[in-house]
Amino acid sequence: MLPWLAEHPGNPSGSHRLAREARRAIDDARDAVAALIDADPGDVVFTSGGTEADNLAVDGVLGARGGVAVCGATEHPAVLDPVRLSGGVVVPTDVGGRIDLGALVDALDAIADVRLVSVMAANNETGVVNPVPEVAALVAEHAPEALVHTDAVQATAWLDLSDACRGAHLVSITGHKFGGPKGAGALVLRGGATVAPMLRGGGQERERRSGTQNVPAIVGLGMAATLVTADREATAARVGALRDRLEAGLLSAVPTARRTVPDDVPRTPGIAHVCFPGIESEALLFLLERDGISASAASSCASGAQEPSHVLAAMGVDRDDAVGSLRLSLGHATTDAEVDHALAAVPAAVAHLLEHTR
Amino acid sequence: MSAPPVMVAMSGGVDSSVAAALLLAEGSEVVGVTLRLWGGESDSGCCAVSDVDDARRVCDALGIEHHVFNLGDDFDRHVVAPYVSAHAAGLTPNPCIECNRHVKFDRLLDRTRALGFERLATGHHARVVVRPDGTRRIARPADPAKDQSYVLHMLGQDQLSGLELPIGDLTKDEVRQRATSLGLRTAGKPDSQDVCFITREHGRGDFLSRRIPLTPGRVVDATGTEVGRVDAIELVTVGQRRGMELAGAAAPRYAIAVDMPTATVTVGNADDLLVDATPVGGFSWADGPVTGPVLAQVSAHGAAVEAQLVADSVRWSSPHRRVAPGQSVVFYEGEEVLGGAVAT
Repeated sequence: MLPWLAEHPGNPSGSHRLAREARRAIDDARDAVAALIDADPGDVVFTSGGTEADNLAVDGVLGARGGVAVCGATEHPAVLDPVRLSGGVVVPTDVGGRIDLGALVDALDAIADVRLVSVMAANNETGVVNPVPEVAALVAEHAPEALVHTDAVQATAWLDLSDACRGAHLVSITGHKFGGPKGAGALVLRGGATVAPMLRGGGQERERRSGTQNVPAIVGLGMAATLVTADREATAARVGALRDRLEAGLLSAVPTARRTVPDDVPRTPGIAHVCFPGIESEALLFLLERDGISASAASSCASGAQEPSHVLAAMGVDRDDAVGSLRLSLGHATTDAEVDHALAAVPAAVAHLLEHTR
Repeated sequence: MSAPPVMVAMSGGVDSSVAAALLLAEGSEVVGVTLRLWGGESDSGCCAVSDVDDARRVCDALGIEHHVFNLGDDFDRHVVAPYVSAHAAGLTPNPCIECNRHVKFDRLLDRTRALGFERLATGHHARVVVRPDGTRRIARPADPAKDQSYVLHMLGQDQLSGLELPIGDLTKDEVRQRATSLGLRTAGKPDSQDVCFITREHGRGDFLSRRIPLTPGRVVDATGTEVGRVDAIELVTVGQRRGMELAGAAAPRYAIAVDMPTATVTVGNADDLLVDATPVGGFSWADGPVTGPVLAQVSAHGAAVEAQLVADSVRWSSPHRRVAPGQSVVFYEGEEVLGGAVAT
């Protein structure tokens, strides 16, 4: 990325040599992103990240085709909000947090003009993996006019997207979830899917997303796409084992703790999610931060306050349990020693709060 | 040796900014916390994202940690819902007092202690004084115009222990001067006003009308003759003069009683507004009940006047304006708060 910040000032839309250098750099990145998802390079629309990609998928498909959008209740707000704002339908999930396929079919049968179904590949809070290929098959049968979108932002680091997103016409990814920079993502349009642009202007990205491309960030996104495929399977296995050890250790150290996601539900390996009834995760996060652990609970609002999780609510997690939920994220660089540290710090902090909370 | 660590409740205003700076200058470990209390619209200077931003940036400038605690559920339950039901019952509630009672000096204080902080500080204009016997009381601040001792009257010994009010010895001008000399971005920020969850643009009536039915009412004089109408009996406060569509009254007339079942406001002249005693209930004390002579104050910036506290009655030494039911009556000894109660 650095040379593209410091040494190469070219704008990829120009026609001189500097412009052609920049153009080549983002086209290399386009190849890498396309390879990640089993798509053609021309299918890749670079965006500012996952939110823009999701917004473009929902609003862009509805803008081009009209009709109604349908999504699951645990979708990221970047999908949920545009679906709701457009008058779309939100389908419930099962207790494991996966979209309820029966309810989805009912919705597809009940609504005549469904034109988009959006089901995330893996959830950003829990890591729960949806059966996107099954969803795509059901959509093809019950709403053949509809396109399928999947937000694969959380899945990219851990799953082979050509399998995990099989059948989806539109796929959102973002760089910073798999080792790339913040501020670069993509919406990949497969099988001739089209979207009405949200940003109009110079006609970049084949008229689908105007605006000068963020060349350094896109170069970083492409590099991350190349690197993530190289050792994804081995990394996922190693991190999954760390996550399992972390969750099992937390459950045995805190007798009242429970796993937020049922055992048999497939998840990405990067998230340990546990509920500690009787404590407030805001207080827990405060103590953990002082112990060098940066964790999350649900999601943060604009002020930085923790907000109740719509994902846990959709899964039917009791509000008191949700208030005491903890999300520990693991990445490719997470070590055994860090898991050991968390296994010492989290139960100690939980015990402290249980003792000191009225 | 430095003092024990202290958590500072930071609203994003200049007072709490300077409070944090003063504690830091003492050599204490200071952590700033902003409460996220109200999720709805607000423009009065509490809880808005821009205020959280101000608090965070002040903490950044001071080099201290800043956290946001979401106590919105508690605020809804203990402040907003009771505020609405009090109006529905024809009372005049004081939500800032209930927020202090149930949120800041209950939930936040508990959390502060659970997180290992012995001290909680706020930017209120008031002082904590330690008496010869070791007990503590809230006392009036250096700046009488900004006195907030009234809204802190409910604090007992447990809450007062470890409470720090660092700006109580400063006038508002001095607070602003400190903020300016420290280069704090909140130095010139206007004071927060009114109830944080009621917007100035839409007002109390709009807020309540979205939550409870508002009832039109009759306005009658002492003889029962109708002299006017009000749009919403729930919005009438005993003692108010305006907004009652009174035609042709020679002298000013005041609401002297509100009867909810019949939706009737009785008005009278200034003399009718005066009473010898005010019934009260729901006492809270700094350090145990007090009876006999006290100074009693019925609004945040009113004057404290002589009275006798006898059982559930405040007997005024000279006739006193009626106190709207729901308002707090706060008892002082000299400059110090003894406790308070709610007019019934």
